[in-house]
Amino acid sequence: MRKLIDLPTKQSSKIVGKVGASRKHESADKHVSGTATYIDDRPVMANHLHGAIGQSTIAHGTITSMDLSAVKAYPGVVDVLVADDVPGHLDIGPVFAGDPVLVKDKVEFMGQAIFAVAATSHEAAVKAAKLAVVEYDELEPVLSVKDALAKQNFVRPTHTQSRGDAATAISGSDNVLSGELQIGGQEHFYLEGQVSSAEPTEDGGMIVYTSSQHPSEVQILVAEVLGIPFNKVVIDMRRMGGGFGGKETQAAPWACLAALLANKTGCAVKLRLNRQDDMTVTGKRHPFENDYRVGFDNEGLVKGIEFNINGNCGYSPDLSDAIVDRAMFHSDNAYFLEHAHVVGNRCKTNTVSHTAYRGFGGPQGMISIEGVMDDIARAVGKDPLEVRKLNLYGQEDRNVTHYGQTVEHNILPMMIDKLEADCKYQERRAAITKFNKENQFIKKGIAITPVKFGISFTVQHLNQAGALIHLYTDGSIQLNHGGTEMGQGLNTKVAQVVAQEFQVDVDNILVTATRTDKVPNTSPTAASSGTDLNGKAAQAAAQTIRARLVEFCSEHFEVPSEQVIFSDNQVHIGEELSASHSVMPFAELVQLAYINRVSLSSTGFYKTPKIHYNREKADGRPFFYYANGVSCSEVVIDTLTGEYKVEQVDILHDVGDSLNPAIDIGQIEGAFVQGLGWLTTEELVWNEKGRLMTNGPATYKIPAIADMPEKFNVELLENEPNREATIYNSKAVGEPPFMHGISVWSALRDAVSSVADYKASPVLHTPSTPERVLAAVQAMKKA
Amino acid sequence: MSDNHIQFLLNDRLVTLNDIDPNTNVLGYLRNHANKSGTKEGCASGDCGACTVVVAEYIGGELTYKSLNACITLLPSLHGKQLITAEDLQDGDKLHPVQQAMVDFHGSQCGFCTPGFIMSLFALHKNFPDPSKHQTLEALAGNLCRCTGYRAIMDAAAAAKNHGPDQFDRNKAQTIATLSEIQSLAMTKLSSDGQEAYSPTSLGELSQLMLDNPKARLLAGGTDIVLEITQMMKQLGTIVYVGNVPELQQFDEDGDKFTLGAALPYTQFTPSIAAHYPEFGDMIERIGSLQVRNQGTLGGNVGNASPIGDTPPVLIALDARLNLRKGDDVRNIATEDYFVDYKVTSQQDSEFIQSIEIPKPSANQQLKVYKISKRFDDDISAVLAAFNFTIENDTVTAARIAFGGMAGVPARAKACEAALIGQPWTQATVDSAMAALAGDYTPMSDVRATKEYRMTVAQNLLQKAFIEMTQPQVNTGVVQYA
Repeated sequence: MRKLIDLPTKQSSKIVGKVGASRKHESADKHVSGTATYIDDRPVMANHLHGAIGQSTIAHGTITSMDLSAVKAYPGVVDVLVADDVPGHLDIGPVFAGDPVLVKDKVEFMGQAIFAVAATSHEAAVKAAKLAVVEYDELEPVLSVKDALAKQNFVRPTHTQSRGDAATAISGSDNVLSGELQIGGQEHFYLEGQVSSAEPTEDGGMIVYTSSQHPSEVQILVAEVLGIPFNKVVIDMRRMGGGFGGKETQAAPWACLAALLANKTGCAVKLRLNRQDDMTVTGKRHPFENDYRVGFDNEGLVKGIEFNINGNCGYSPDLSDAIVDRAMFHSDNAYFLEHAHVVGNRCKTNTVSHTAYRGFGGPQGMISIEGVMDDIARAVGKDPLEVRKLNLYGQEDRNVTHYGQTVEHNILPMMIDKLEADCKYQERRAAITKFNKENQFIKKGIAITPVKFGISFTVQHLNQAGALIHLYTDGSIQLNHGGTEMGQGLNTKVAQVVAQEFQVDVDNILVTATRTDKVPNTSPTAASSGTDLNGKAAQAAAQTIRARLVEFCSEHFEVPSEQVIFSDNQVHIGEELSASHSVMPFAELVQLAYINRVSLSSTGFYKTPKIHYNREKADGRPFFYYANGVSCSEVVIDTLTGEYKVEQVDILHDVGDSLNPAIDIGQIEGAFVQGLGWLTTEELVWNEKGRLMTNGPATYKIPAIADMPEKFNVELLENEPNREATIYNSKAVGEPPFMHGISVWSALRDAVSSVADYKASPVLHTPSTPERVLAAVQAMKKA
Repeated sequence: MSDNHIQFLLNDRLVTLNDIDPNTNVLGYLRNHANKSGTKEGCASGDCGACTVVVAEYIGGELTYKSLNACITLLPSLHGKQLITAEDLQDGDKLHPVQQAMVDFHGSQCGFCTPGFIMSLFALHKNFPDPSKHQTLEALAGNLCRCTGYRAIMDAAAAAKNHGPDQFDRNKAQTIATLSEIQSLAMTKLSSDGQEAYSPTSLGELSQLMLDNPKARLLAGGTDIVLEITQMMKQLGTIVYVGNVPELQQFDEDGDKFTLGAALPYTQFTPSIAAHYPEFGDMIERIGSLQVRNQGTLGGNVGNASPIGDTPPVLIALDARLNLRKGDDVRNIATEDYFVDYKVTSQQDSEFIQSIEIPKPSANQQLKVYKISKRFDDDISAVLAAFNFTIENDTVTAARIAFGGMAGVPARAKACEAALIGQPWTQATVDSAMAALAGDYTPMSDVRATKEYRMTVAQNLLQKAFIEMTQPQVNTGVVQYA
């Protein structure tokens, strides 16, 4: 047998990258030097082919004929694939049926894939795919929420959450207001577009490299379209160039088509969507059109409220049931709604199927109630912050949500008070009031809005995770878990957890690509749950191995197990300060354990405790806990043009005990700016035929560097560990801070409202482009 | 380039390319031919900056470093230059200071935009060792990041200041020697599979080429024309690259006008323009991104004849004139006469824009320029307004007003002008001119704005100009320029 390696003698005195350290992203050095490998950067095999899709050119109708002869004749084309060529399932709907991998006859949105091409180059495939001659029987497309509601055109049944008697409470109130808010969708604009590469295996299976947040689902769908057992498909996912929800279900079609083309041609096939195609054919954040009727007393306290939450789901269910549910779950945000009746409609339209996007419906529910708070404040003549505080959930009473979950550890009131003081809200409010009196054309606005976001998948079984850890005989560790790295620092945080468990430097731990043959049956990396679930699973795996090592040491050195202590890359064995006390480098212990035939590999598993929910009754505890935050935004608007600028943003956010403050702050800042974009410049426009007109970065404007607030202060709430037993008492951070963007929208409304001396509440649909702001200003001048 | 090949430095390696399709963009060359995948494709339309590379050019005795978008840069323009990508910055196992700063300040998350940011930062610090916040924002406005929210990147940019000499400085003499040598062997033609590009080195050669190839496509910065390749999947046909024609790169200033060579990139002439017309200079800083302005030209912006090009309304308002050359004949026309209809110009086959003449400001003349877009930086105008007023004794003695985004061509607002000229410079006059403006245009609704907004904002911009000129103490802008 090959002998064990000699170990270096140098040992650090304390470990690097333990839990709580601002460890750099595990790929940072590779990112900056261009050596981090994304799917499209992988070397291609000899005979590697390139796939492209042929898209429908109408939004709704039936294919009557399809002539692909010009496509097949194009130089470089090797094969084409149509629906009838699919050996297994045609439908790849992730939860409910409705998403054909290729259209057989019925077209439901413009850009839907009706065939696929494999060619010797990406360019040849893309060019050839445009040469199809397809004829249709066109049907009238449904393109708006209003039209879908009128026609009762839904992708899933309407669902209601109700407590008390909202109608009676409203009619008995001192004041009643009603209104509507149209909330625009959002393109994910991950910088790396959708891409998959499929390679046939000798077993009639497939290995697929994909940029996906949900490798296990891709595995299942690839197997199903091919009609083969799941065990013949392996998905490999090292990193995504951004996901944001856009690669939860939306990565699968391209993986399936690449696999189908690979299966048909016998060659490896890479399918990468060009940006225009990506924006046209993949789902976005759901646009919503929500209306409300609220009754409140003269102080501004809500007595009863009715919400109609109407999500534009596009043509198929996809994840829309859970998304509209989450919008309903967050239509209270931080406020006690004693009598609430919340109806959620899943409107079916002939657009691309809208999908998961950071917040998953939560933002669209939350902005609606925040708008109501502003409207009530104008009606009762108070600062909106006062009305918000008045309606917050209480500590001991008024602390149960309209879906029956008790709001525990309610730290939001304290956080609001802290931020209000820290950012000098009241002084600035006074200064702004003065400024607005003195300035005719330029107006300022300010707003504080809270965020209370429920953490857990509302689909209960998804709240599970697995991990796999191997120790090698040089003391190095390989770590694998079911989560996916999309830039959020998941691999870094999970490695820190394992470093902490073994008390070794994080450099000692390599996190390898997420693979369905290492950790099976995984949940998507979504719902902000990545670290909560996979960190716990990795911790479990590490603890299993550590327990084995402790047990081994205890027997081998004849010491009680509590006298085996892992610390500083070493293991301390025996009673401290006693003659028999010895210190052994971690790697040496691993070698010794190996020689003594101790298993150095383990899986780990985790499932979230405490959660339960009865959807029929709309009652239970869907969320393990809430993540909290509060933000203050100050804006300045030009009443002649509607242009505006965000001058200052202060955010106080609750991540429990941070696993990695630098990564958490990065998540908060990035989420805020993404939320800012959603509500300001990012406007999706479909024309009357259902064609997406904003199909590239020239027409769809995500925030650029100068859109970052002039002053941008982000603080983590300190000394408030998660009271639930999460991984090192941290809290999820991916989605909640996205909703801090709402304070910008509220501040814009505040500035516009000043035009009417704060006596009227402006209608300001989103995204609140300069055009919409100017229209709101003009409406206020007439108010 | 001598006949049918081009030469450039790929980092420190001399590359000679023969028989390569001149429609190949630098991004495609790097990823598919040179096996360098560090430069990423984010949009292939010059709007996201993920593919930012740096090109070093030896001009006027200096090595200058420019960031540009590899997706909209065609290979023929690389001849005689040094191409640097993110993979080239590391010095042995040591990260370049701009790379190290991005690591230290957590400036990358998903990492896909990062190589592009790195290259923009590299060029920034080469040009400004201690960059101001404004210079940093300008350098990075064309790099989109969807993850970080940018704060960490700004901090990294600041931390990398005064980083001292790197390997590019150490190798400078060698780089200059190589570039000088390959520049002297000018490329004249590059062709493959019936696709050909010419690179004339004098005005005479250019004129003759255009006479010989009346339908040839002129390639200057390429920031618009290359989209035909990357977005519409077309080939350009015969290309004539004008970047090596010295006469088109000239900037002349005489008594009462400037004359700008049509192929001068924005970044080269903007300071001279800004000295006389600061608002024009400020607006140019909002055209595209630095990557685009390092390549894009005034001749291209005019010749493209887009109704939403940003400089034509200003040129029209300033009564700038164009010199159009065909063979040895040059005709001098008013800019507004160039634009005939939507994307139709009075330029003839074989004719090209040689230069643009801009009059210098006269006494009592004031230029106001406004750009209205959804996003401040790197966006296309919904409306662009240019007001050129001469006010004498509180009377409007001259007014030339032009708008972009209000019609199928950049066009004068003649009814509005008529309502102003000869009138007292008062609110009442402005009110009537705003009303008159409604008769000048019938704007369209599109993804950028509705027709109603376009008209309202156009009228309000006249109001704004009046307030700013007559009551400078009044706060009118949220948009802060330099």
